[in-house]
Amino acid sequence: MKILIVDDFSTMRRIVKNLLRDLGFTNTQEADDGTTALPMLQNGDFDFLVTDWNMPGMTGLDLLKHVRADDRLKSLPVLMVTAEAKRDQIVAAAQAGVNGYVVKPFTAAVLKEKIDKIFERVEG
Amino acid sequence: MGDISLKAANSKVGSEIRVLAENMLLQLEQGDISKAVALVNNLNEVRDRTLYNEIGRLTRALHEAIKNLNVDSVGAGSDIENTTDKLAYVLEMTDKSANRTMDLVDAGMPLASDIHDRAKTLSEQWQRFLNKELTPAEFRALSKEVNEFLGESADKSRQIQGHFSEIVLAQDFQDLTGQVIHKVTALIKDVEDRLVSLVLMAGQVDEITGIKHDLNDIAETSDEGANIRAEGPQINKSSDDVVNSQDDVDDLLSSLGF
Repeated sequence: MKILIVDDFSTMRRIVKNLLRDLGFTNTQEADDGTTALPMLQNGDFDFLVTDWNMPGMTGLDLLKHVRADDRLKSLPVLMVTAEAKRDQIVAAAQAGVNGYVVKPFTAAVLKEKIDKIFERVEG
Repeated sequence: MGDISLKAANSKVGSEIRVLAENMLLQLEQGDISKAVALVNNLNEVRDRTLYNEIGRLTRALHEAIKNLNVDSVGAGSDIENTTDKLAYVLEMTDKSANRTMDLVDAGMPLASDIHDRAKTLSEQWQRFLNKELTPAEFRALSKEVNEFLGESADKSRQIQGHFSEIVLAQDFQDLTGQVIHKVTALIKDVEDRLVSLVLMAGQVDEITGIKHDLNDIAETSDEGANIRAEGPQINKSSDDVVNSQDDVDDLLSSLGF
């Protein structure tokens, strides 16, 4: 399982990375915004994308839209982990095709639950 | 502030206009058209003079207000520049503290799991000893291991203790950044107050020159950004359009068929 973590704050990337490691996902890579993440996704056979929303360059929502518009990436599971907490933002992310949505600050248990749910659905 | 002087000026102008108008009416009644026309010119003069005076006064006040805003000095030294530095400092401090804390946790985690793993193996051996399953040679080996383990755990738990107190120390950013944020908040409040007085002044300019703004235009331009964009953490969670918790997010998503 190869996972790409996208967040402009290195501490948040590290937190997500540590939590994923505790959940048994050790093969992770990092990008600091959508602009750097997109070419990595296009060239890197990733199985899962965890992305923040609010980032300079390309936001997580735009990254999600690019992923869904790309023939080779469109079925990639995407989990959004973000401080954006407005109802219409969550609806917009859902409409753009997000697979899960976690609001910051979050706990390890919530992250695990959402990831489990995504893979249950993807595999089942 | 400028309000009182404006009213005083207005009443002075008002009485000047009244005198001129009454005089003009008198001339008209007496049939002296040329004098009446001359008085119309005088009226124009009074209006222009007031306008120029007020504009002059407002320009000076505006200049003063902008100077007080302290944004004109681009580069080092202005309050805004200092504020950017202060916020960069907050970012740096929180980043450093978060990484220091995680470094210490990363360093402490293997120590704790070593103690745990070793204790588990020894406890299995110890159980065998209690069940009288150990040969004398095995018992000698076990007692040597127990001895080593005790020394090791004392050593490792001391190290973990050290990490814990360093983690506590790494939280000092809260105090330091808190102070900086207080200062920035005060500055923003100050700038807001000065901006409000600028708006008041602009209102007076409108009043004197008779400019009317089409408020619909302003509403329309602020509505343009209606499409979704990132806003950062919501500080006011009591607002109706903001979710309060992960449970709210899950409810909303399941209502959308997730």
